[in-house]
Amino acid sequence: MSAWTNIKRVTRYGLVGFIRNGFVSLAAVFIMMITLFTILWVLMIGAGFQSALHWLTEQVDVTVYFTTDASQAQIEQVRKQVVALPEVASSVLISREDALARFKERHANDQVTMEALAELGDNPLGAALEVRAKETSQYASIAKNLSDFQKNTSASGIDKINYQQNEHAITQMTSFIDALRVFGLTAGLILAAAALLISFNTIRLAIYTSRDEIGIMNLVGAGTWFVRGPFLVSGILYGLCGGLITLLLSYPLALALGPGSEGFFPNFNIFTYYTGNFALLLLVVMGGGILLGALSSYLAVRRYLKT
Amino acid sequence: MIYFDNVTKIYFQGAPAAVAEVTLSIKPGEFVSIVGHSGAGKTTLLKMLFAEVSPTQGSVFFGEQEIPRLSQKDLLKLRRNIGTVFQDFRLLPTKNIYENIAFALEVAGKSDEDIRADVPHVLELVGLAEKIWNFPHELSGGEQQRVAIARALVNQPDVLIADEPTGNLDPINAHDIVEILKRINDLGTTVLLTTHNKMVVDSVGRRVVTMDQGRVVRDDSHGAYVL
Repeated sequence: MSAWTNIKRVTRYGLVGFIRNGFVSLAAVFIMMITLFTILWVLMIGAGFQSALHWLTEQVDVTVYFTTDASQAQIEQVRKQVVALPEVASSVLISREDALARFKERHANDQVTMEALAELGDNPLGAALEVRAKETSQYASIAKNLSDFQKNTSASGIDKINYQQNEHAITQMTSFIDALRVFGLTAGLILAAAALLISFNTIRLAIYTSRDEIGIMNLVGAGTWFVRGPFLVSGILYGLCGGLITLLLSYPLALALGPGSEGFFPNFNIFTYYTGNFALLLLVVMGGGILLGALSSYLAVRRYLKT
Repeated sequence: MIYFDNVTKIYFQGAPAAVAEVTLSIKPGEFVSIVGHSGAGKTTLLKMLFAEVSPTQGSVFFGEQEIPRLSQKDLLKLRRNIGTVFQDFRLLPTKNIYENIAFALEVAGKSDEDIRADVPHVLELVGLAEKIWNFPHELSGGEQQRVAIARALVNQPDVLIADEPTGNLDPINAHDIVEILKRINDLGTTVLLTTHNKMVVDSVGRRVVTMDQGRVVRDDSHGAYVL
């Protein structure tokens, strides 16, 4: 008998079993849907947190303020020093003119400040160098390096480094971000693990009801894969149906939660994320469903397979 | 053809032997009724033949094959060559009658054409052609047992094992089943029947092996039910 005939027969029995054991299949699909739904939303909310963390990280920097009489050569020397540091992700130089323009823009509605600035006549602001680290925990070492540079160089042109002012806020934020990462990952993993266990046990229970049937199949001389195959097919169908329902239900839910999610996570809309990453989410949900269904069935049938 | 060589089976340490030092040989084409009280060891003896139970001592041979030493692959082949019928029918409840019988053919690797031809034929043989699309729960006990016989026969096995096949049936259905078994034996299949139904044994009128407390206590070539 060809392998193709075997596959056809096993698939047909799996499909027929899925339909005829309607109530058991319904329960398994329902539980599978809850599992996949949990995994999908843990993923999406996780992406929201990731985006929020990214945004928070971007709010932190170390700024080097130069004196108003710092020369272009001095500024360039500091910039070279900064770029050479491995912890530095990027640096942006703000010229005296840009600094003044920003100041004016920020205080456009502040009549008194604008008048005071006009009276000064000259530009009172020095150039600045905004430095971003790869990790928030690296700001301290960047600031120390710059501070050492300032001390060891007779004419560095540096007026002040604002890290000392922000040190407390940066340290707090670093610990908060770390804690949030650990909490998010742990909570997500626990939820996903619980959902997986429930799903696995439901499929085991579904196969438990067929244990006598498996015994009879053994008795008439059915090979291991002829017994196991239909259950694997049914398991895959639980996963496919559960995954499909999950994706269908998540669309309107993500649509409804979209505007709210923007308020909760800066620069993140859960609906945009859902539609923008649909191919990846489809792969995770359907692939996860198929894998979970097949694996659960495989392990559950193994228990009742004996010769 | 079938040879039980000084076979003993003890299920767990300290328990009395379910089968004790049984030596028995069965020739091809024989119809052997194995009788005895409940717990006499009849079912355990038969289970050793299709390797659902392995002997604690001694061995069982099917032709040249020593059953307890068979590989899993050979064991599956052996089971396809031994038809089995049980008191509780053991049909697949989620498959209809056609599928129940077709399943035995499919695991044996028969083609779809053969299956389509053989299933109605064997159902005609047991008088159930009109119930082909019914499910087991839609049939009476006697009908379910006839389906089980049809399934056991469809691969044309050398041996048919019937373990208390009439245990759940009324006398009329029991008589019908015995008649079917006799017909099968007349066609050349070896039949091993366990029962404690005197009427069944006497109506068969062939070799009778009597067991008591795991031992063979009587072996008559044209026996009747004597305990």
